[in-house]
Amino acid sequence: MATSSIAVNETPHTLYVLRRADDALVLGHRLSEWVGHAPTLEEEMALANLGLDLIGQARALYTHAAALEAAGNDEDRLAYRRDAPQYRNLLLVELPNGNFAHTIVRQFLYASFADAYWRAMQTSADATLAAIAAKAEKETRYHLRHASDWMIRLGDGTAESRARSQAALDRLWPYSGEMFECDAAERGLVNAGVAVDPASLRAEWDARVTAALAQATLARPAGAWMQTGGRSGRHTEHLGRLLAEMQHLQRTYPGAQW
Amino acid sequence: MDQTKTQPVPLWEVFIRSRNGLAHKHVGSLHAADAALAMQAARDLYTRRGEGLSIWIVPSKAIIASDPADRDMLFEPALTKPYRHPTFYDVPDDVGHM
Repeated sequence: MATSSIAVNETPHTLYVLRRADDALVLGHRLSEWVGHAPTLEEEMALANLGLDLIGQARALYTHAAALEAAGNDEDRLAYRRDAPQYRNLLLVELPNGNFAHTIVRQFLYASFADAYWRAMQTSADATLAAIAAKAEKETRYHLRHASDWMIRLGDGTAESRARSQAALDRLWPYSGEMFECDAAERGLVNAGVAVDPASLRAEWDARVTAALAQATLARPAGAWMQTGGRSGRHTEHLGRLLAEMQHLQRTYPGAQW
Repeated sequence: MDQTKTQPVPLWEVFIRSRNGLAHKHVGSLHAADAALAMQAARDLYTRRGEGLSIWIVPSKAIIASDPADRDMLFEPALTKPYRHPTFYDVPDDVGHM
């Protein structure tokens, strides 16, 4: 008998933290799916390491969100007891891994943003978020380097690896705009100094992406139309399946420990 | 170049220095396409539990190894010369701990 979902009181501050926690957990889970399937043993460890960094970030953020909400929830309940429409992550991070180039390009697009984001968040007026940012920034800086180096080698590699990288970039590009969204709830937090205005990170992201794509000999997609919806719980069909697998145990045996 | 054939990926030897003042110690090997990826793989494989402060990586092919067949010639003569060990000397009391 499956356990029902919890309701979360999403004040702007709680929602803001929850959105970042969901980004980290969902992408971390996606990376964990590579374990047993990565192209080499070395890269399998690398992807698992990135995933563990992200799940660590998620745990800290969920714990903070639960403390802000002060309704008796904790990191596990927030992770395991919400359905897809309650998840607030970017659509980009929930997309299936695809091939290795696809995973690398997705990681590159996200890390290019997250690296600049966490660096800026170290001066957040929310001291807990600032502390999480200080830790996450070091981890994410490495994620960006790893993803960039691989994308450059795949793009500037064989005809096959280049074609796969370009296809991944073309497919993922429309999901990159969501990272820069800032709704009314977040605008208030930006004004209060708790959140960073993502628009202020745009120039750095653009410059970094342009430089890496040039090195990778990949063409920057021209399309300006962007997907949206993840921040308000309108997800792709893929998130439901991811959660079904991730939450199965806790939904079936609530509070199970080992 | 025939791109349909996978080129052999080079092998690298990894050395980690765990603390200041200690020497780099061989910890293992790995496969990587080039030096930058080898460094990242070394970090991901061998420093996950806080083992290191510094990493050295050497292409395995750059290592010149002794031939196991030469073992008798190279190493056995030393076994019969115990006087080379410093244990035969009396350390004066004034020297203290050595």
